[in-house]
Amino acid sequence: VALRELLFEHADERDLTKRKEYEAVGGYASLRKAVGMERQAVIDELLAANVRGRGGAGFPMGRKASFLPKPDESPKPIYLVANADESEPGTFKDREIMLRVPHMFVEGVVIASYAIGAAHAFIYLRGEYLAEFEVMTRALDRARKAGYVGPDVLGSGWGLTVVVHRGAGAYICGEETALLDSLEGRRGQPRTKPPFPAISGLYASPTLINNVETLATVPKILELGGAEYARLGVENSAGTRVFSLSGNVVKGGNYELELGTTLRELIYDIGGGIPDGRELKAIIPGGSSVPVLSADQVDAALDFDSMVEAGTMLGSGAVIVIDDRCCMVQLGLRVAQFYMHESCGKCTPCREGTRWMVQLLRRIEEGEASQDELDVLLNVCDRILGNCLCPLGDAAAMPVASYVVKFRDEYQRHIDEGGCPFGGESSLDGVLAPVDQHHARVRGEIEVPAPA
Amino acid sequence: MAKLYEEIQEVAAQYPSRLSAVMPALRLAQERHGWLPPEAFREVADALELTPAYCQAVASFYDMFHLEPVGRHMVEVCTNVSCALVGAQQVLEAFEVELGVHAGETTEDGEVTLRTVECAGGCGWGTVVAVDHRYREPVHPEDVSGIVKELRGA
Repeated sequence: VALRELLFEHADERDLTKRKEYEAVGGYASLRKAVGMERQAVIDELLAANVRGRGGAGFPMGRKASFLPKPDESPKPIYLVANADESEPGTFKDREIMLRVPHMFVEGVVIASYAIGAAHAFIYLRGEYLAEFEVMTRALDRARKAGYVGPDVLGSGWGLTVVVHRGAGAYICGEETALLDSLEGRRGQPRTKPPFPAISGLYASPTLINNVETLATVPKILELGGAEYARLGVENSAGTRVFSLSGNVVKGGNYELELGTTLRELIYDIGGGIPDGRELKAIIPGGSSVPVLSADQVDAALDFDSMVEAGTMLGSGAVIVIDDRCCMVQLGLRVAQFYMHESCGKCTPCREGTRWMVQLLRRIEEGEASQDELDVLLNVCDRILGNCLCPLGDAAAMPVASYVVKFRDEYQRHIDEGGCPFGGESSLDGVLAPVDQHHARVRGEIEVPAPA
Repeated sequence: MAKLYEEIQEVAAQYPSRLSAVMPALRLAQERHGWLPPEAFREVADALELTPAYCQAVASFYDMFHLEPVGRHMVEVCTNVSCALVGAQQVLEAFEVELGVHAGETTEDGEVTLRTVECAGGCGWGTVVAVDHRYREPVHPEDVSGIVKELRGA
């Protein structure tokens, strides 16, 4: 199996962070083409491409754009927001897109803004991404100088301002409505939907929100034509995706592949398999929020429908490979600790439920849990599912419940044997989660340094 | 402090609503003070016509805003799943030994704060360690003494 590079084409042999290099391989030609088209014709190409969102939810981009009112029908300004708050555990693809092909992302932002008639676009960039902020700032500056961004884009009479807004460390701000609250200057907490952002988003105005990878794909769609783009990949999953491969695998990294490639091809042919002669135990195929797959499901294909058939989701395309050294109770605990730490606290089932999950999993791991606590854990997961405003609670409950169901014997052994059968030899043994560090501080176990 | 006030006005002008400037303003204030003391909230509030309490409420939501003093240098070790699978805890412990502090603490001389963080987004090249917000990837336990020496010399 070979890489199929649309986004990273030429990025190995050229420095595409430079505007002129990007232009030399056809960069910004799609924008030139777009501003010569009717706005609706650009959206029609996105619809024909059947490109689905690359952030995690997989909603078709063209349909989302179609939900917005037309500029002449909207009494309020229309906004485009690029979601560059990449923070789903296991995912590091948007970062590589921004570092290696920043102009392709900028071009996608400008074309999408033109299509919906936005005069103002925001890139909500993850706060920790300092190098990416620097590269994006420079790329935008060069794009402005060349007239691709600014008061009169390529002499079309249409103007666009692009602002990079930096986050400050909160996973929840990757959720689109929490992101909007954060961008408006509040704590990043999700909103009730409806109204959806397409109708009432940023500053209560119509807003299109798309992930970095989705927007970076837009110039290629216009270059190839939507119908041609739709021929790539498989049915219901058009095009390529940048898969982030990590965990117990020889060659971790980002690999751009046609949708429909199998996990086996990604992990073994491209990733070089499992190191140290260990056995594959489990695979998390779409970031830590999705249900786990067992080793015997390694022939499942990486596309939206196949992942659903396998009982999980394609999510953000982050494939985490887990070998036989990993205790699945410790995995559950570490994943639950993450969501407990990142729960914004707005909805009770998520705020309290993630805490219960952590407590129960710790008791199971330490051999203190009674038999019925295993069912209590599944019951807590069940009570979170579908009962919150945003998917964060579900994102904690679904994977942890899947570990219990798929690896029930291992959970049972912790109870039967009064402790972890790995006896301290698990790869995740004793790993310190930030939430524990915070609690140690609150309990006074860590001394806070005196003000200078 | 007039300069901070003006810098905040400049940032606020980029947004249709001035409230949107609260995060970038807090960032500017933190760059100036090293953390966010009560004075910083008063400055940001003054510049954006908000209350200090509002600014503190926003800041306390986000991990990168420091509500108490931190070291001149920041070492952040990712211990989320992908990094943990390939030995993040061993890297963290190597830093604890080398710096003589636990995760969450600052060295006595106020130079270095060590902490664990959730997924930094470098999963394929774990363990990811951010040193003064610049990613080092991958970091192995044997790399740690070199990084600490570099910080001590800086």
